[in-house]
Amino acid sequence: MVGEISDAIIRVRNITVQFGKTRILDGLNLDVKRGEILGFVGPSGAGKSVLTRTIIGLVPKVAGSIEVFGVDLDKASTSERRGVERRWGVLFQQGALFSSLTVRQNIQFPVREYLNLSQRLLDEVMIAKLGMVGLKPEVADRFPSELSGGMVKRVALARALALDPELVFLDEPTSGLDPIGAGDFDELVRTLQRTLGLTVFMVTHDLDSLYTACDRIAVLGNGKIIAAGSIAEMKASQHPWLNQYFNGKRARSVVV
Amino acid sequence: MISGSWSNDRFYKAMRRAGAYLLQAKRETAIVSGDPTLERIAQGNGLALCAAGSWTARFAPVLEKMVADAEKLRGSRPNIFIDVSQVSKLDTFGAWLIERLRRSLTDGGIEAKIAGLSANYASLVDEVRRVKAEPVIETRSVTITGMLEQIGRSVAGVGGTLVGLIEMLGAVLAAAGRVFIRPRGFRLTSTIHHLEQVCWRAVPIVVLITFLIGCIISQQGIFHFRKFGADIFVVDMLGVLVLREIGVLLVAIMVAGRSGSAYTAELGSMKMREEIDALRTMGFDPIEVLILPRMLALVLALPILAFLGAMAALYGGGLVAYLYGGVDPEAFLLRLRDAISIDHFIVGIIKAPVMAAVIGIVACVEGLAVQGSAESLGQHTTSSVVKGIFFVIVMDGVFAIFFASIGM
Repeated sequence: MVGEISDAIIRVRNITVQFGKTRILDGLNLDVKRGEILGFVGPSGAGKSVLTRTIIGLVPKVAGSIEVFGVDLDKASTSERRGVERRWGVLFQQGALFSSLTVRQNIQFPVREYLNLSQRLLDEVMIAKLGMVGLKPEVADRFPSELSGGMVKRVALARALALDPELVFLDEPTSGLDPIGAGDFDELVRTLQRTLGLTVFMVTHDLDSLYTACDRIAVLGNGKIIAAGSIAEMKASQHPWLNQYFNGKRARSVVV
Repeated sequence: MISGSWSNDRFYKAMRRAGAYLLQAKRETAIVSGDPTLERIAQGNGLALCAAGSWTARFAPVLEKMVADAEKLRGSRPNIFIDVSQVSKLDTFGAWLIERLRRSLTDGGIEAKIAGLSANYASLVDEVRRVKAEPVIETRSVTITGMLEQIGRSVAGVGGTLVGLIEMLGAVLAAAGRVFIRPRGFRLTSTIHHLEQVCWRAVPIVVLITFLIGCIISQQGIFHFRKFGADIFVVDMLGVLVLREIGVLLVAIMVAGRSGSAYTAELGSMKMREEIDALRTMGFDPIEVLILPRMLALVLALPILAFLGAMAALYGGGLVAYLYGGVDPEAFLLRLRDAISIDHFIVGIIKAPVMAAVIGIVACVEGLAVQGSAESLGQHTTSSVVKGIFFVIVMDGVFAIFFASIGM
């Protein structure tokens, strides 16, 4: 199902993840190409977030191997791992902003840790990042509890992009955004991908995102990747869930 | 180095040509190594600032210095432009620094342009071009007036705390009244659950600590009383101290630390996640659903724990008296019966529910005062324990005065 891709930025092989006796992922294989935007879909509870968290290293796996940037994360030393982590950014589903830091401090936090920059440059780049995610500089001194749900998402994305990573994991980035905001967001992801050569691993349920932003789509079912390919291939698929997902009532309303 | 202004001198011209040549060579090696550079190359009456290498976050400190140097060129030449065709790698940091340079050169009244922008990077540069320059400046200065203001606010806050506690007491009593009239609203399961948490699960640690305290009191008493040959009076001291004061006070302090903090943290995180608001919108009273069962559990738990604690302390004291002081268990019990009356026990145990109520109310007020951040949760949990212990000790003092005046 998943062909060997020579230039894979993420290479997942035979991953098995178990919680107690329930097997969530069962010998899963997945490759993510450098520079692509991969949309990752599947029924609720299929384990999309689990796979993302397994790749990032937050969920332990029973078997299999994960390579990111060509580094096997199981065999990597702590410093190698740090190096990999510095090159990826993660947008969590709920934002996961540090609640005791302001927006400014949240975005500057990873930069401050890894780079020794002047406060002026930190502030300016922070404002640039805020601008990129469509926020005004005025929000910089607010605390996360004073932001709306959509703003939290945007700030979290700005934080994920703070170090200009090569790879970003987005866990349902457009959920909770209004359609226009979601459209802007897709546009933004595209722009960043073009300009920074970003690779995007996006868990999403937003059909618009799948159509407009994603280069390739992977579908998770029964703990495995049941299909991977372009949107046209997905639509042509005979798999019942895929058929319903891409040719159902909601899908038809999406203008292609 | 080419300075900001120079006369039209042949010597300088020659130097410049040589310099440009050297810089060109240096630039080529720099591109190979990836280190970013920013050269100045004269072109007719203009000046080209040639950026090369990787303009990325990793090199940002160096880049910032280079850009700051180049900014001094503002106004020196009629035509300055920034050539970025040699840039091998560009990210937001680099793009912003180029944009910053462009802006400060333009501000000088001359049009600075960015040339040689590849299609890949054009949109990134466009993106940062939209950034409004003025960085927001954080102002947080420490002044004497500010400190005085802080003290004033804290003092005024004491009054607010007391009002808050009385309000909560009223709300809890009102909820208790409603539940009394309509017993179906009483949450038995929840109460039992909390009783298990604050009473049953607290038994081992409470018994252990009071046992040890009993041992220590007894050992100290024997050690010092022995000098007067008054070993046996340690039983009097132990009995009165444990039953009247130490037993209940110690247990109350432990409960404030153990359960008061847990209540604050639970309610606080529920407040943070809007669970309490959700309850309210469903037509439930959070006081009735969340706080009343907790309060009731605590008020029932503390007397039980105080009793168990007192027994453990007496047992520990008796054990040490026997092993260390040679006081026979039978003699210990006889002496204990003479030394203490039921009044001592009543005085101790009557304080327990009151202290439990104080701890519970402080914990719940603090829990509901939590704001959106994790820091706030921590602060309120701390102050729940601190205030809880403080009020427990104050209550103990009030009780001491009260019992002394009624002669118990």
